[in-house]
Amino acid sequence: MAVAKNKPASEPAAPSRDAPGIAEFSKEQELTSYREMLLIRRFEEKAGQMYGMGLIGGFCHLYIGQEAVVIGMQMAIKTGDQVITGYRDHGHMLACGMDPKGVMAELTGRTHGYSKGKGGSMHMFSVEKGFFGGHGIVAGQVSLGTGLGFINHYRGNDNVSLTYFGDGAANQGQVYESFNMAQLWKLPVVYIIENNRYAMGTAVNRSSAQTDFSKRGLSFNIPGIQVDGMDVRAVKAAGDLAVEWCRAGKGPYILEMMTYRYRGHSMSDPAKYRTREEVEKVRTEHDPIEQVRARLLQKKFASEEDLKKVDAEVRAIVNEAAEFASHDPEPDPSELWTDVLR
Amino acid sequence: MPIEVLMPALSPTMEKGNLAKWLKHEGDAIKAGDVIAEIETDKATMEVEAVDEGTLGKILVPEGTNDVAVNTPIAVILADGESAGDIKESGSQPAAAEKVAESAPPAAAENQKVPAEPKQAPSAVAQPPQPEQAPEPDFAEGTEMVTMTVREALRDAMAEEMRRDGDVFVMGEEVAEYQGAYKVTQGLLQEFGAKRVIDTPITEHGFAGLGVGAALGGLKPIVEFMTFNFAMQAIDQIINSAAKTLYMSGGQMGCQIVFRGPNGPAARVGAQHSQDYSSWYSHVPGLIVVSPYTAADAKGLLKSAIRNRNPVIFLENEILYGQSFPVPKLDDYLVPIGKAKVVRPGNHVTLVAWSMGMSYALKAAEELAKKHINAEVIDLRTIRPMDTQTIIASVKKTGRCVVVEEGWQQSGVGAEIAARLMEHAFDYLDAPVLRVSGKDVPMPYAANLEKLALPSVAEVVEAAKSVCYR
Repeated sequence: MAVAKNKPASEPAAPSRDAPGIAEFSKEQELTSYREMLLIRRFEEKAGQMYGMGLIGGFCHLYIGQEAVVIGMQMAIKTGDQVITGYRDHGHMLACGMDPKGVMAELTGRTHGYSKGKGGSMHMFSVEKGFFGGHGIVAGQVSLGTGLGFINHYRGNDNVSLTYFGDGAANQGQVYESFNMAQLWKLPVVYIIENNRYAMGTAVNRSSAQTDFSKRGLSFNIPGIQVDGMDVRAVKAAGDLAVEWCRAGKGPYILEMMTYRYRGHSMSDPAKYRTREEVEKVRTEHDPIEQVRARLLQKKFASEEDLKKVDAEVRAIVNEAAEFASHDPEPDPSELWTDVLR
Repeated sequence: MPIEVLMPALSPTMEKGNLAKWLKHEGDAIKAGDVIAEIETDKATMEVEAVDEGTLGKILVPEGTNDVAVNTPIAVILADGESAGDIKESGSQPAAAEKVAESAPPAAAENQKVPAEPKQAPSAVAQPPQPEQAPEPDFAEGTEMVTMTVREALRDAMAEEMRRDGDVFVMGEEVAEYQGAYKVTQGLLQEFGAKRVIDTPITEHGFAGLGVGAALGGLKPIVEFMTFNFAMQAIDQIINSAAKTLYMSGGQMGCQIVFRGPNGPAARVGAQHSQDYSSWYSHVPGLIVVSPYTAADAKGLLKSAIRNRNPVIFLENEILYGQSFPVPKLDDYLVPIGKAKVVRPGNHVTLVAWSMGMSYALKAAEELAKKHINAEVIDLRTIRPMDTQTIIASVKKTGRCVVVEEGWQQSGVGAEIAARLMEHAFDYLDAPVLRVSGKDVPMPYAANLEKLALPSVAEVVEAAKSVCYR
């Protein structure tokens, strides 16, 4: 077993069922998380709009409501760490620093999309930014992400694989095959279960015998905690704990992010399986972006004017991406035959 | 009546073994269940148990004898009241027996107790006819050749590539400490250590996905499936992740990985363990599918596969593992992927086959020669991308084609070859393309039915005669 180098001086806490609480954010961290989450929110709203206009086709799974999860985790990792997720992936790509123009142009199936228009919403990648997709088969990314952790182990570096999946994927068999190998070989993988309460239209209590997903690694002795996935500070604190655990060569860690998606499973889902009131309650009481906004104002880290300026900047980025993605040409017909083999 | 103890077959494909040790001596009393001898196969050392009671009357094969053919009488057990004088002289020829396996699958375990069946055990699988000198050699004339088994050739290919590139590693069930369920990875753990020769849990879907993830990030895994039947558990990762990611990423992220292991019917292991996946994987763009017959091709193609930057499905054959062929003694012997090989020139009919199918085709060609039909035999070697040109060039000469495959006909590789010939060589065909294949049923267990379900030399001969209107 390769032991990770650069072992941190302070060992992370022993596995605990208790989340580590919240990380105290500096002004800069509050502002960064606000801006980044807002970018995802506005980007996804625009994607929804463009889908309605027929510019985006097929499946389109929006991340609205879950922004704090990916932004908080991204604040806990460093260059060289790998990120992989399923099909609800636009937020992860933006969080990894991928260009919104390239992401949107892929959604519209155009030449300068990240996959030259050949992947679509669910299949985008950026080797440069450490984003490994973008996978359309539920839970397929869990074994793949375990393989990314294997690379770090094989090369003997202290990088960590962030492997995201949902409460629905958590019921797939290969998740447990992966848990077993990851713990057996002490692979540095943080399994992040984004529990947004519904696997497509099926509520977790109708699909899962054990609805506390943080316990799903217990029989493999993988530590796991439940985290308030609507509070970016709680996500960051949990991310720090889990990432440090992995970097220290102690094996995988499970973070169950308690989160919520405001929109349907995909664009064609009217979400009749839950009440309007349920959605409204989360929006008004737990919205991840509004929480940061309120703190920024309350702590006087920013004024209403300052935040309006951020909003305007973000809107400009998104509008530029939409504009680009609407006018970028479709891929050349010759592209049909390229990239099958190399 | 004295009872002969025959050399047992300890795996479905075992042909011979070494008599390592006698644990009972002449004159010893024997009860059923007593361990009487130890037999070494190429895969494991197994204990032989007596199934009869009596006295060990005579040891016919002394310990230390190597390469004792299956079914050779190795000892005689005397019943009460019988004496050594009752033993009639019997030669040490293998008893004539139908090809019947009685044993557990080879992966079962080392030192497993297997009853010494005094009656039937599989006869040796005949050595394959050696291909004649190819018109387009893969190596220079006069190259020194060494004889080795397909199993050794595969092992050497992996070892050479692992020495060459630190990013290459091998993982799978029993590949390390057990030395390979079929002993293909023998010695690799000792040379490369546990970091690069990795025993996995029995978790095909999981480790195939893990391997693909490692490949997407830049490592070069060799994933061994104990057999390709078990890869059915992993086929989602092979196709949806390994084959498609390069395209889905616009060429940005590819997957350099080899999935290898035995494919196709073995012997007497029933429907779930006897299936040819050539056509399954050959259906999928983004995959390369290779299936060698000879040890030389096994070595040269596996080395090429490991270096290839795409996902390669490398279909081996359990029955061929133990067969020996000449292999060029070269430091770095590579066989190009995507090139078929004319292994026997002829001008009356083209026989196309690969892997085990080649053994039927080559034997049939010899039979046909006796009937003055000169068959040209093409070893396809790579199923995808298919070397259609070599087949077409041959058919333009012969006007006739028979495809031999162990898989099923519907949507099979033979069907594909027939379609391509119709598209590209229609005017040259003097007869319909025929397919000799596995029969359209799940593989039966019974020896006679299994034989009927597989292609046979007689069927190939018959098909070739038929397209020659003879």
